[in-house]
Amino acid sequence: MTAQAQSQSQTMTASGPPSRSGFRVTPSALILPALLYLIATTQVPFFMTVYYSFFQWNLTIPTPVHPFVGFGNYIGLLTDAQNFRVILNTLVLTGGTLFITLVLGGLLAMLLNRPFMGRTLLRTLLISSFLVMPVVTAVVWKNMLLNPVFGFFSWLILQFGGTPVDWLAAHPMGSIIAMVSWEWTPFAMLILLTGLQSLPDDQIEAARLDGANPWQEFRHIVLPHWTQALEVVILLETINVLQVYGEIYASTSGGPGVATTNLPYYIYQRALAEGNIGVGSAAGVIAVILTNVLAIFMLRLINKNAATGGHA
Amino acid sequence: MTTLPSKTAVAVRNTAPNRSGVQVRNSLLTILTYLLAFLFFFPILWFVLASFKTEAQAFAIPPVFSFSPILDNFRVALERYAPALGNSLIAALGSTLFAFVLGLPAAFALAVYPTKRSRGVLTWMLSTKFMPAVGVIVPLYLLFKNLQLLDTLPGLIIMYTTMNLPLVVWMMHSYMTEIPYAIYEAAKVDGATVGQEFFGIALPLSLPGISATALLAIIFAWNESFFALNLTTSDAAPLSVFIGSFKTGEGLFWAQMSAAAVLTVFPVIVFGWVAQRQLVRGLSFGAVK
Repeated sequence: MTAQAQSQSQTMTASGPPSRSGFRVTPSALILPALLYLIATTQVPFFMTVYYSFFQWNLTIPTPVHPFVGFGNYIGLLTDAQNFRVILNTLVLTGGTLFITLVLGGLLAMLLNRPFMGRTLLRTLLISSFLVMPVVTAVVWKNMLLNPVFGFFSWLILQFGGTPVDWLAAHPMGSIIAMVSWEWTPFAMLILLTGLQSLPDDQIEAARLDGANPWQEFRHIVLPHWTQALEVVILLETINVLQVYGEIYASTSGGPGVATTNLPYYIYQRALAEGNIGVGSAAGVIAVILTNVLAIFMLRLINKNAATGGHA
Repeated sequence: MTTLPSKTAVAVRNTAPNRSGVQVRNSLLTILTYLLAFLFFFPILWFVLASFKTEAQAFAIPPVFSFSPILDNFRVALERYAPALGNSLIAALGSTLFAFVLGLPAAFALAVYPTKRSRGVLTWMLSTKFMPAVGVIVPLYLLFKNLQLLDTLPGLIIMYTTMNLPLVVWMMHSYMTEIPYAIYEAAKVDGATVGQEFFGIALPLSLPGISATALLAIIFAWNESFFALNLTTSDAAPLSVFIGSFKTGEGLFWAQMSAAAVLTVFPVIVFGWVAQRQLVRGLSFGAVK
């Protein structure tokens, strides 16, 4: 009995069991509530956003009818030069953060993948910044670290004989990228470290015996093995950093001017602060398209590199 | 025989490694690791220290490194902080509970009774995470306004459930497929119903997965700021809104702000440390284990 069951479990774990005719209805009924809930709270509102985006509708101007304007809101958004700045900001923030977190996270992952005393403690300390609430990150960095007079960084610069900088005024986007990278580096580090740990030691040993230098070891052994972990990091970070909001809300409020206004913050300003439902919805649709296009583009890019990287 | 060709690519013959040189390099790398870890942890350390200082000390230039710690900031912070803490707790725990009530049966059915469409359903659920919150916020805001759900905890719980439901389904599906099918087979032979399989086998055997997933869901709901800042103002305002109120005008209350920050961040960091091993699996939706 048990022997038979065991042999069955070995053959069936991957594909799962065959469904029994009597239970066919019940299991799908178990899936339905979750499915309907997600449809009701994500798909339905999204289609409403698309619908609203074709109307001129401002909550502060009470009118009985909201005139249909077709693609008017989109044309207005995409022909205003200032809005290109918003899209550019969104891309710079995401790209900059991605670059910094991949380099630092990769470096930390490789450093932590060596045996030394206190490794677990350091890993524990290193993941902490990812767990800090984004709004806390923003108020702490803005006030206690970046303040031009009383901030810790200013004091540090003075000690080295430099001139303190008003970071959020002089380098607003750089400051935001620094904060967001501080939060997301541990994420990249954790995923990449896990990816490294599944790399068999004998592969590295073999490369070293053949006299591979560290760069060759990295290029030909580590990097190909890292593809899946990199894919996860790049994809999830892109999606999440495109949506950064709390950090900007609680530090620069999108300023100075529009220097740190990204798409989510822009939509908050238009739709929720100014009550411009039509324009805010159109910007929301653009944000959804941008997110999906970028996510697909990133996935393609990684897969292409993975395919060619193996033969290089 | 088969292993030989792969080595040819990097064949640069080298001299025998210098032992002491390798040791020096290793110690330097370890020092670098300690240094980087300290730099990364420093901002947290800095506001934790400030929370035990007087306002004057927290604000002082040059910074005060040695001081006698006080607890006054926590007392003051707790008074103002209590309502927001209550809201955060209810929103995080409530949404996690709902996500499990909806997600566990779905994960069970997808794991134990897979059909041709199961993969598609799972992928679709995950794809809802690709939907930026700004793509749904405008109609939700109007809808919540009409239904008088703005600035209420049920409103917040509805959105946090949406946020965590795909995570719960994916993680629990991944844990439940790890339960050997033979166990279900044996139960079926004994005439167990779907309900008995769910409550008698799937639930108890995936308890470690449930607790790890719950910790993650609580962390995400606790730290969420977009829906919190846009759907609540005062009555239902969770901690992210409360901390956000420190962004202007209160620049001189760094010690108090730090105390509130410590209270806000502490539970989540502890949860994160506890769930460290499961963190990677949860963050990557099971793609990296």
